[in-house]
Amino acid sequence: MLPILIPFLMAILSIINWGNRVLHRFLALAGSVGLLFAALALLTTVSEQGILSSNTGDWPAPFGIVLVADLPGAIMVLMAAIVGLAVLVYSTASLDEARERFGYYPLILILLMGMCGAFLTGDLFNLYVWFEIMLIASFALLALGGSRAQLEGSVKYFALNLLVSAFFLTGIGFLYGMTGSLNMAALAQALRAAGPEQPVTTVAIFFMIAFGIKAAMFPLYFWLPASYHTPPVAVSAIFAGLLTKVGVYAMIRMFTLLFVQDTAWTHGLLLVGAALTMLSGVLGAVARREIRRILSFNIISHIGYIVLGLALYRPLALAGAWLYLIHHVIVMATLFLVSGIVQRVGGSFRLARLGGLYQRHPGLALLFLLPALALSGVPPLSGFWPKLVLLQAMLQDGLWLLAAIALLVSLLTLFSMMRIWVGAFWSQAPAGVVTPAPMASVERRMLYGPVLALLALTIAISVFSGPAFELTQRAAEQLLNPQQYIVAVLGESP
Amino acid sequence: MEVALAIVIGALYAAGLYMMLRRSMVKLIAGLVLLGYASNLLIFVVSRLTRASPPLVPEGAHSVAEPFADPVPQALILTAIVIGFGLQAFALVLVRRAFQAVNSDDLDQVTASDRPDLQA
Repeated sequence: MLPILIPFLMAILSIINWGNRVLHRFLALAGSVGLLFAALALLTTVSEQGILSSNTGDWPAPFGIVLVADLPGAIMVLMAAIVGLAVLVYSTASLDEARERFGYYPLILILLMGMCGAFLTGDLFNLYVWFEIMLIASFALLALGGSRAQLEGSVKYFALNLLVSAFFLTGIGFLYGMTGSLNMAALAQALRAAGPEQPVTTVAIFFMIAFGIKAAMFPLYFWLPASYHTPPVAVSAIFAGLLTKVGVYAMIRMFTLLFVQDTAWTHGLLLVGAALTMLSGVLGAVARREIRRILSFNIISHIGYIVLGLALYRPLALAGAWLYLIHHVIVMATLFLVSGIVQRVGGSFRLARLGGLYQRHPGLALLFLLPALALSGVPPLSGFWPKLVLLQAMLQDGLWLLAAIALLVSLLTLFSMMRIWVGAFWSQAPAGVVTPAPMASVERRMLYGPVLALLALTIAISVFSGPAFELTQRAAEQLLNPQQYIVAVLGESP
Repeated sequence: MEVALAIVIGALYAAGLYMMLRRSMVKLIAGLVLLGYASNLLIFVVSRLTRASPPLVPEGAHSVAEPFADPVPQALILTAIVIGFGLQAFALVLVRRAFQAVNSDDLDQVTASDRPDLQA
């Protein structure tokens, strides 16, 4: 419960002291550090003692709302805490005063709370509520500032996400009508016992569409490149790192715990969707000329890899997908934060207006190059290992065409990232570009610090990919054996 | 009763989706509101309608007598209505601000985020 309560408490304290920037900063940083420690404690406990379950309000499951912490959930909470802390430190130096005054920090804290809630809940309707909390905070963050592009991006994002809510709610309604329960463990039992006359797969499609939009899967991703590049960099980074991943997480949860009746059809559909997501995303990235838009399209194509791991539906592939999820959260957040520094020192996000940064900031060039190579999956960086595992799983299933697509997508990702590299760092600076004022040392520390920390983490995952893979293998095992989950929640062996 | 409500819900879904496909931003919001109503009513109906028998345990008894109205969907709908209300209020403000920025209600004009020349 602590990962939910800490950000909530700090957000409430910030709202009470509205308009006090210094206090807001302090509370937000304290909250995210606390969240980080709580998440670490949760992960070690879960990894030692197995799945934890807590009945809120002391109503016994399946009647009350349960919070369940298993390995996949605990890993994601830790990711949220890490990226949250990095983004908050970064935003103390990169945000303008007006945004800070208008409740930027409480909104980020509420966003983090919603994510942790969504990762830990064991109740379907409760998941819906956490999604809405997350949504309202992200709407406000996206629109905060009120430039034209931001408002237009928000309208698109908003409309699509309300549609998601309607679909999600409809699915919940049907499930409740069929089984009379909303507890995920009880639902898993009831749906496994359901006969073929029950329209389980139809309901599964409702959830697939809802989470497919949230996770930005083909053909439902178009809201993402229309909105993610509009808000300030710190907001983009937390959205890119975490928000779509919550959709992916919910999708994996639903399609391993609840909807496994007709895997040939549902997971087959996911497989096709994942392949098309990878291809169309990366082709979009190749066609763009602006750093954050290239990165946005790369988010989409790499969501495809993660969903692919789910669609293959075997322990090896799921473990690979989870490792990919960890790697992608960190690397994407790093890249967005670096793009913010590029904009700060180069004055623009557009490649046509950038250039020659390598001469002036060789360190920054390295900071961009490493996560860019990790994203493309160049060995021995962190993106290589999960890709290797996923490829192995594909080849074991004899899916040669799919493996070829995955390799092609890696290559094109590398191409699109190298386009940023060439355009922003390597080429000659275009004539007539005004160089912005150099940074003060405090600002530099606040901007470079989080990037360096995240980069160190990427390298740590690359070096210690063995232990990390073991952890995700255990997570995948828990996902594929829902019996453990059901016993942990309902407390008896059925 | 269920049949009549099922038709109403179907009509609400259809109307909501149709409104969302129009080009006006205000109609987009109206469509979303209708969709919200449709899914709330759906939750209400799928848990079966029971008239005039609240789920209250009579004095001296240990459980409610069948048939009784299921209280869970009502609680769910109440939550969904409250959340929906908050989101719709935000939507109206957002659309108003977007209208001021774009100077048009036409969704085909909402293209600044795809045009780099209008951005920093």
